Amino acid sequence: MKALVLHLAVLAALAAMGFLLPPYHHGMMARVLVMAVFAIGYNIAFGYTGLLSLGHALHFCAGMMACGIAMREGVAAGPALLLGLAAGGVTALATGLLALRTAGVSFMIVTLMFAQAFHLALLYYGGFTGGDEGFPLPGAARRLFGLDLTQAGPRYAVALVLFGLVLLAQWGLVSSRFGRSLIAMRENEERSRMLGYNPFTTKLAALVISGLCAGIAGAAYGVLFGYVGASFGTTQYSILPMLYVLLGGAGTTLGPLLGAGLMAWLIDAASGLTDSPLAVIGVTLIGLVVFAPRGILGTLRQRGLKWLP
Amino acid sequence: MAAVILEAQGLSRAFGGLRAVDNVDLTLQEGEVHALIGPNGAGKTTLVSLLSGRLTPDAGHIRFDGQDITRLPAHARVARGIAYTFQITSIYAGLSVFDNLALAVQRSRPRDLTAAVQAAALRVGLEGELQAEAGALSYGHQRLLEIGMGLALAPRLLILDEPTQGLANGEINDFMTLVRGLKGTTVLLIEHNMDVVMALADRITVLHFGQVLASGSPAAIRADAAVQAAYLGGADAAD
Amino acid sequence: MGTGPLLLLATLEGTVMAAVLALAAVGLSLTFGVMRVVNVAHGEFYMLGAVLAWAVAQAVPSAPLGFVAALLIAPPLVAALAWVTDTTLLKRLNYDPESTIVATIGLSYLLQQGALSFFGPDARPVAAPFSLRLQFPWFGYSGYKLFVVLAALLVLGAVWLFLRRSKAGLVMRATQVDRNTARAFGINVDRVYAGTFALGAGLAALAAVLVVPISQAHYLMGHDPLLLSFIVVIIGGLGSLRGTLIAALIIGLADGILSMLYPPTLAKIVATLAVALVLVFRPQGLFGAPAR
Repeated sequence: MKALVLHLAVLAALAAMGFLLPPYHHGMMARVLVMAVFAIGYNIAFGYTGLLSLGHALHFCAGMMACGIAMREGVAAGPALLLGLAAGGVTALATGLLALRTAGVSFMIVTLMFAQAFHLALLYYGGFTGGDEGFPLPGAARRLFGLDLTQAGPRYAVALVLFGLVLLAQWGLVSSRFGRSLIAMRENEERSRMLGYNPFTTKLAALVISGLCAGIAGAAYGVLFGYVGASFGTTQYSILPMLYVLLGGAGTTLGPLLGAGLMAWLIDAASGLTDSPLAVIGVTLIGLVVFAPRGILGTLRQRGLKWLP
Repeated sequence: MAAVILEAQGLSRAFGGLRAVDNVDLTLQEGEVHALIGPNGAGKTTLVSLLSGRLTPDAGHIRFDGQDITRLPAHARVARGIAYTFQITSIYAGLSVFDNLALAVQRSRPRDLTAAVQAAALRVGLEGELQAEAGALSYGHQRLLEIGMGLALAPRLLILDEPTQGLANGEINDFMTLVRGLKGTTVLLIEHNMDVVMALADRITVLHFGQVLASGSPAAIRADAAVQAAYLGGADAAD
Repeated sequence: MGTGPLLLLATLEGTVMAAVLALAAVGLSLTFGVMRVVNVAHGEFYMLGAVLAWAVAQAVPSAPLGFVAALLIAPPLVAALAWVTDTTLLKRLNYDPESTIVATIGLSYLLQQGALSFFGPDARPVAAPFSLRLQFPWFGYSGYKLFVVLAALLVLGAVWLFLRRSKAGLVMRATQVDRNTARAFGINVDRVYAGTFALGAGLAALAAVLVVPISQAHYLMGHDPLLLSFIVVIIGGLGSLRGTLIAALIIGLADGILSMLYPPTLAKIVATLAVALVLVFRPQGLFGAPAR
């Protein structure tokens, strides 16, 4: 009950921000919400199931490219978004079938390599994909349910609705029986196997759900901000969701949002000091693994807020 | 004579040069409590690992309920009704007792999960600890939770690997009551405590250097000269 | 140019590539072999070696002297930085494999930013110490490139001898087999780890100093060597030194020859996928013995 109130309160606060924020922060918050959807996907794989992937940029960028190329070829935004969703799931299924034969460090390297190969392939077929420069999506096509997504207000609304749906879906998932079996894989895979859970299929399902979130996030990013490109498939876009989840708290429902929001604020605040976010990302990553491996909400949960979902 | 539920023939498994399990035949009757005894290193844990699917045999066949399960992965054997409780307690230390039991209980898809978990906790006397973190339980309670998870699977064959190790006397008595109260579940029990074995077992198989030394009723095993020489005499002296 | 001379040129280029790659990859292989950690910042240690070489060469007026100074100064500096990283960061993480990867990802971002802030975004050339040119009937070839091959072979030989013959090498191998037993025998495991990490980074930096007269220093130059080193170490079998050397030769030659005949991006895609599949289907590498 407390958890439900908390989730709804967070969504209500985000909705209120839609009316209160100045235009610059408006765009930034919309971006944060879409990246938080991506991070929620990452959280399902890493935070709840314990699968530390370094290749989620693949699913994000696959969703983005599928959606963007479809729209370039004349498909409407709605169906194109669904294509992006599917692309995220299909790539996660394909890479998961292979990568899940490994574990631990090998799993990290294999996922990294798959994402790298995908990114290189996007560059190699640059004539079709637009390569590193990418391509803009025509403003006229960026309409959803009659809303003009080139405008700040509708854009924020769509980002918020998407985030709200994914957040509640994540909460439903992790408090379900299936969600419990995912957490069980993270906590003790051998015990789970001896309770009759198939580790391979359970983890594969987690990866596919994770990939679906990443795919829809990538597609939405393209539609909302009007640009797609292979630069969203670089290793950095695999690291970012990991960073958000680690910062906010892996295995907490609201950690991905908190991490994405805080990082955006940190990088924005530090932009006076450095012209590149690299150092901020680097310092935060190191600080987290050394001083706070559970992240913010994870530490709060450990320190007494046990009910935190 | 009751039906045979599990039949293993010619099971072998070697580690490097060591034949941990060497051409073992084992037959379990439905509903019996079958004890597996033998000195340390006799291959007991390796044998039950072969039966539960945690290891694959180098040679031999296993039939469960009339079907060959030799190549079946462990989780699929659990789904067919073979449950295994670990010798070294293996619970979800970071999760609550409720979640630990629920992970076993929910395998049979009960309508009311909470009620089913409470019933499972009651069987092993952990009904007061449901919200506690499993890793914070006392050792004895962790053993009981481990057994409770095995029971909650409602298995047809329950393999208990040294269940009373580290339990206090009172807890051992509770455990024996629990096993006696199992109706229709076949139990394969690895146990060092001979009082527990003699009190519970319908039949006993003695393993020695990976091979079956003897198999029969408790009375017959007690009288067996080879067993006396290899095991019981030595164990009495050691105790 | 006919096919024969083209192939000769490709083989030469591939050999140079293989030599540099072997140096960089042996460093990564050492840290993985002995410490069981994957150092994602390995490419940045390589980059730092190159950038520092440029900085040192700037400060010294004559080209040959500048290069020699860079060779003597840059690798030890990078090794010292790695030593500090190990004792202040990795040790705190208890060398947990996954945390170490995350931390070294952070470190690699920091080092990139540092190089960008101090040296700027431009590619910086360093003059080769000599400009000898070997004249083949079909084309001329840089004598310096052949010197790089020779130097790399010498260093690799020295590393080999160090590991096989010296007491320090024995201590490292003992720690690799079992760090707890090594500790029980009075080996200072902390120092072995710091030393290994420093040696690995120093070798990467050395490779970079050698390569800088050929390919210039740039703050993002660590990416490709890291990827290729990964590929070499994985194909060769994680932690196997001999496998690493064989794999470096194969990958270097293959890369040199293939990128003459095919677009380099395509070659990289194939190599990257190959390495992922090796890890999936033959995790002990192509030359390692299967683990029991």
